[in-house]
Amino acid sequence: MIDRLMAEAPAFFTRDTAAFLGLALSRTLLMTVIGCGAGFVLGMVLAVVRRSRAGWLAPARVLAAAYVELFRRIPFLVILILVLFSVQAFAPDLSLLGIAAIAVTLAATAYLSEIVRAGLESVPRAQVEGADVLGLSAAQSFWLVILPQSWRVILPPAAAFMVMFIKDTALASHLGVVELAFSGKILVNRGFSPLYGFGAVLILYFLLSWPLGRMAAWLETRLAVSRHR
Amino acid sequence: MPFLDIVDLSAGYGGAPILNGVNLSVGKGEVISLIGPSGSGKSTLLRVLIGLTAPSSGQVSIDGTPVDYASKASVRALRRRMSIVFQQFNLFQNMTALANICLAPVKTLGVAPAAAEARGRELLASVGLADKADSYPDQLSGGQQQRVAIARALAMQPEILLLDEITSALDPERVGEVLDTVRALAATGISMLLVSHEMSFVREISTRVVMMDAGRVVESGPPAQIFTAPQEARTKAFIGAIIRH
Ligand SMILES: Nc1ncnc2c1ncn2[C@@H]1O[C@H](COP(=O)(O)OP(=O)(O)O)[C@@H](O)[C@H]1O
Ligand SMILES: [Mg+2]
Repeated sequence: MIDRLMAEAPAFFTRDTAAFLGLALSRTLLMTVIGCGAGFVLGMVLAVVRRSRAGWLAPARVLAAAYVELFRRIPFLVILILVLFSVQAFAPDLSLLGIAAIAVTLAATAYLSEIVRAGLESVPRAQVEGADVLGLSAAQSFWLVILPQSWRVILPPAAAFMVMFIKDTALASHLGVVELAFSGKILVNRGFSPLYGFGAVLILYFLLSWPLGRMAAWLETRLAVSRHR
Repeated sequence: MPFLDIVDLSAGYGGAPILNGVNLSVGKGEVISLIGPSGSGKSTLLRVLIGLTAPSSGQVSIDGTPVDYASKASVRALRRRMSIVFQQFNLFQNMTALANICLAPVKTLGVAPAAAEARGRELLASVGLADKADSYPDQLSGGQQQRVAIARALAMQPEILLLDEITSALDPERVGEVLDTVRALAATGISMLLVSHEMSFVREISTRVVMMDAGRVVESGPPAQIFTAPQEARTKAFIGAIIRH
């Protein structure tokens, strides 16, 4: 065992392997960041739509609620496959990574919109009335009063969701996206010991998640101390 | 002509009637206190007046102009003349005292930030909190928060101020400082419509006292009359119950 590892070491610890793993790592990171970033923005839009009261937005409220309820219940792998087939019908030139990023966005939108909604709801109704009676518009009261007070409730679970979703992006390997998990398998197929192939992948997943997790924990304690900043 | 005129105003929450035809007028510079048992609709009346709860019927006019509560523009215009202070202060928790005061003048009246800040500091000084400009609400006592809330309402330069039990959520030793602020305010000639359970204060400050019960005005008159010679049985019972306490 040790002998094999020693023998493979010179071939494994090379610039080539590092570049290969680096590229895979960047794909995992890209899917997560783009998907969760876009999902956060879209999720916020859905959350705002669902809070709205205007009569003409009633159909949008129903659609937003249906979307969130549906996409939180579909396994991520199924979303990936759905996106793959729909994209192939409409935009056959889109890369696999692009398809995966869209799938992550669809799933993240549903989850993050619930997180944003809980955050917005944590702000007492009286704060909105306080803004109302001063003549602030709905948009002003949202950006200046409600949202700033929601961050402390939104950010910790949103960051935790993103950290968790890093792992789920491994499912994109089923589509053929050479992300981190897939790259481990490829290294093993190239003849390296699984200890090297998957060991490297394990370490890289950890290096990706751990700082983000620490940041989420830091945010949580920092935001918990003071209500205002 | 009265400055604020309320005619046959009714309202309710989801169908249940709470206000049943309120008639009341407030003249320029008048200080009117609403008294009455809990649940009689005093807060609801103030909420309807400021446009937080929709009226079901009736008419409100300010300085002769009827208010259309279904129209955003009309309500916005109203809120430039009328401000409200709530029992729970409702200060924006994410802003300093000064920022709370400057926000609306800058964002809704278009006052230049520097001018708003100078005026904000003046207002803070006038409520005795010149040194608290940079404090956040959760760093202030209830009485201090309520004085900031009053300053915030005044920053809109309202012609009439609504005050809903603004001392009810305060520790007893903090009530005096807020009442002093209101007393000083009354002397400036601003019109006020206030709800209070501080009866000696009501008696001292009011030009007229209005007794409400079951969503109606039961009786109104000068404080001396309402407190010492009430005409209506319900007013007698209410005043009697308070004085026995
Ligand atoms: N948001 C609300 N929804 C439903 N009912 C309410 C609401 N606010 C007040 N009420 C009811 O309206 C009635 C009058 O309340 P309120 O105006 O607060 O009276 P007061 O201020 O004189 O104590 C009460 O019976 C109360 O339960
Ligand atoms: Mg009340």
